Parts: sequence; structure tokens; C-alpha cells
Amino acid sequence: MPSPRYWREIPTRYRLEAGRCKGCGKVVYPARLVCPSCEKTDFEPMQLSRKGTVVTYTVIHVGPDDFQMEAPYPLAIVETPEGARLMVQIADCDPADVKPGMEVALEFRKINAEGHSGIICYGHKGVPA
Amino acid sequence: MREVAIVSAGMTPFGELWETSLRDLFVQAAREALENAQVSQIDGIYIGNMSGGQFVGQEHLGPLMADHLGMTGVPAARVESACASGGVALRTAFFEVASGASDLVLATGVEKMNDGADVTNVLATAADQETEVYHGVTFPGLYAMIAHAHMHAHGTTFEDLSAVSVKSHYHGARNPRAQFRMEVTLEQVMNSSMVAEPLRLLHCSPVTDGAAAVLLCPLERAAEFTDKPIKIRGSGLATGSLALADRPDPAFLDSVSLSTSRAFDMAGVSTADIDVAEVHDCFSIAELCVLEAMGFAKPGGAAELTQAGETKLGGKIPINTSGGLKSKGHPVGATGIAQAVEILEQLRGEAGKRQVKNATIGLAQNMGGSGASSVVHVFERV
Repeated sequence: MPSPRYWREIPTRYRLEAGRCKGCGKVVYPARLVCPSCEKTDFEPMQLSRKGTVVTYTVIHVGPDDFQMEAPYPLAIVETPEGARLMVQIADCDPADVKPGMEVALEFRKINAEGHSGIICYGHKGVPA
Repeated sequence: MREVAIVSAGMTPFGELWETSLRDLFVQAAREALENAQVSQIDGIYIGNMSGGQFVGQEHLGPLMADHLGMTGVPAARVESACASGGVALRTAFFEVASGASDLVLATGVEKMNDGADVTNVLATAADQETEVYHGVTFPGLYAMIAHAHMHAHGTTFEDLSAVSVKSHYHGARNPRAQFRMEVTLEQVMNSSMVAEPLRLLHCSPVTDGAAAVLLCPLERAAEFTDKPIKIRGSGLATGSLALADRPDPAFLDSVSLSTSRAFDMAGVSTADIDVAEVHDCFSIAELCVLEAMGFAKPGGAAELTQAGETKLGGKIPINTSGGLKSKGHPVGATGIAQAVEILEQLRGEAGKRQVKNATIGLAQNMGGSGASSVVHVFERV
């Protein structure tokens, strides 16, 4: 993956920066140019709370090559108190404990690395709250 | 708009076709369709293909395939909508003929997945790279999240998911072109190796090479090419959020519902009129969600329909008589056309051991990504 893309996505990945639509109040994460609800283009930047609730989940047993060393690993869609939903891995727990309704904190973590000397990819993971 | 018919079809066997290249798969299917209609000149070719570029390093399939078909000069272009590429190619060809711009148009689909590519990563390009794939999700993983949401909302069980696969293989065992022509038991499905919880290997469609082609023309000219034309009565295409997290209910496929109502409105039919259907069962949970979004069952009701045997040959609404993506195989860009080929055979009464008695109206539903694209066609025997 080319590096300019990582740089561009730093606000989203490192700081959980989202946008609140000034038209209808919808929170979009990551930020977008057009509101998917009301099609207005005026957003107020905001940060998501670093916590949320599991909406649905899986545990990946056969992963992409870059992630296979971590398997089995849980992945979930988590909804923050602002109503934004994001896909994150769930860490620091028994995968069997991940369930819809589970409360998690969103912590800054290493997600992946491009080989031994490549870019380290950071982002957030959910951990039991 | 003019009325449009399918007058012939061609299709390779589906499977791991080590001796056949991407281009030769296309040519085999396309030539079979042309020979069946005894046609040597056509006005256009659409090629459904998800990722020739990543599977075998080959883009620009339009001129390549026209050339290898011996038809350089003919308008030809690739159509891409991930796993819905074939269905969207059919729709593109349909509207070209319906508009009056062309008379004879070949709608095709082809995919060569077994040439050494990293299939998991190539398929994942149909998901959201920035918000999903970055975190290590796979396609089985996305449908597994849909499955858990469905189980949580509707009480769908692991046995329900597994019953879909058993039914698919029952049909596929009767399809000479299917990749896996054997039946499987509920126990085999439930004990197969884990891929992404709750989905196991036998809940997932395989990696497949294959191609399929259908020839379209105005209905008024169909008798020149066949005694058994099949009319395309309706076509509907819809999109949904690419990222699963952006959908209000991950267990409901909005794009499938929308594309179905568009196709049904155009065709002037409802679910009660449909005798046989091919739907996009890339994973067993997908078949349940699709049946519910199309209106064959209420949300949460498709498992009961399946367990009652109503989606099996002899049931109220036989689904995926070809074996579906699960048993017939899923060469992603070819799937939408292969579905049309199955419905064509069913409506012509040529489906052999898989024949649905007196099938008159059928449909094909083809889907891309985790349900972000859905395309539906309604066909009728005339």
C-alpha cells in the first residue's frame, strides 16, 4: 500500500476524527465530503469517544497473509455513543467472550506492518471495558 | 424500448481448469453461444470480469477477447461490479439491445482465479480498503458478521446455515458443469474446518475458473436464431453502502430489496409469479438474507423455508437448482451470466435431473461485495 495514503489517513486512524453534519447532525466516520443522510456538505470536525458497543462480530480463523500470525482474532462492528460505527479488532480477551452488546474501550494499537522494515500501520482496537 | 430475448448460451465447466487460460475460457463459452445460434457476426460484446488485472495481470479485456474470438473491430468492453460483474454485463447488453442501438449483443462473464493469485486479498478489494480490509477482514469475515447479526436478530441457527449448503450440494450433484458434483451431509458441513465464525468451509463458495455467455437480440428477431427464446422481462440494479458498518441493519441487504423491486416493477411480476430462482449464495447466510430481502420470506423467515424443503427441487420455490455458487462454483465475474444460463435451461425444459416442472418465469439475482451491489433479472419462456 503506498505511503501517502497512510499519511492522509492519520487523523482518522490516530485521532478517530469524524465529522458532524451541520444539516442533519449525522456523525460520519471517517469524515466525508457529502452527508449520506441529507446530502449537505458542511461538517463540523469532532473526535469520537474512545468507547463503544459491539453490534456484530466474527472470529477470523483463516486471515489474509499479513494477519495470519494473529489468527484466530475477533473483529467487530462497534457503535460509539455518537452513533458512528467502525470495524475494529477486539483484543485482550478470549475470542469466545465477544458478543453483541459487549462494551469496549477503543485503544490506540499497532494493526499491521509492511514486512520487517516497512511502514507500521496504527489504528484502534476494542478492548473489554 | 424494444423487447429483448436471449436466444443461445454457452458455458465452460466450472472448476480448477489448470489447462485453460483466461482468454481461452472466454472463447470457449462465447463460441458455444454463437454456434448454438449459428451466428457469425455480432454488434457488441460485454465481458463481466471482476479482476483480470489482479488474478492474472490482464486488464483491457474488450479488445483482447474480441481478437481471440476472431472479431477484432467489434465493440467490446469489460464491465466491473465485483462479483456482480456478470449480472451487470447482462444488464448493459440488455439495454443496448432494448434501446435499438444494436441487434446482436453477447453478454459474457469470465474469471480465472486459480493461476496463483492471492485470492483472499484480490476478493477483499471489493470491500472498503480504508475502513474494513485495513483491520484484517476477509470476505468470509464480512458475511460471518452478517450471519451473527442475523442469528442475534432472528434466532437463526448454525443448523439453519448448514441446511442451505446441504441443499445446494443436492442440486449441484445433478449439474454436469458444477465444480463439486457431490452431496454433503449436515454433519459434514457442521464439522468442516472453521474459516470465520460461525462460517465453516462448507458454508463458503469455492475458488473457481470458468466462463459463460448468452446472446441477446430483439424479441422480434429471435425466431431467426432459436425455437426457444427466453424473454428478459425486467432488470433492476441497486447499490448499498460499501462498508458493512454503514448499513442500518447488517442482517438486511437493502440493495437486494431495491434491485428486486425495480426488476419486478419493470417485469410486472411479484414473488408469487416466480417458478425458479438463482440467487447469490457466496456464503450460505447470503442465500437466507437474499430470500428475505427479495420477499420470498419475511425477515428471519428464510431458514424455516429452507428447513421445510421449500427451496429444494420439488419445493414451493426451488432456489439455486444449478448448485448455486456453493456447489456449482463461483468464478466471480462469470457468475451472473452462469445464473442466467441455468434459468434459460430451466425455462426451456433442458435442465435434466434438475428440471423444475413447467417453469415459466425465473429470476437471477447477482451480488457484489458484502451486498453493496445487487442486480436482478426476470426471465420468461415465450
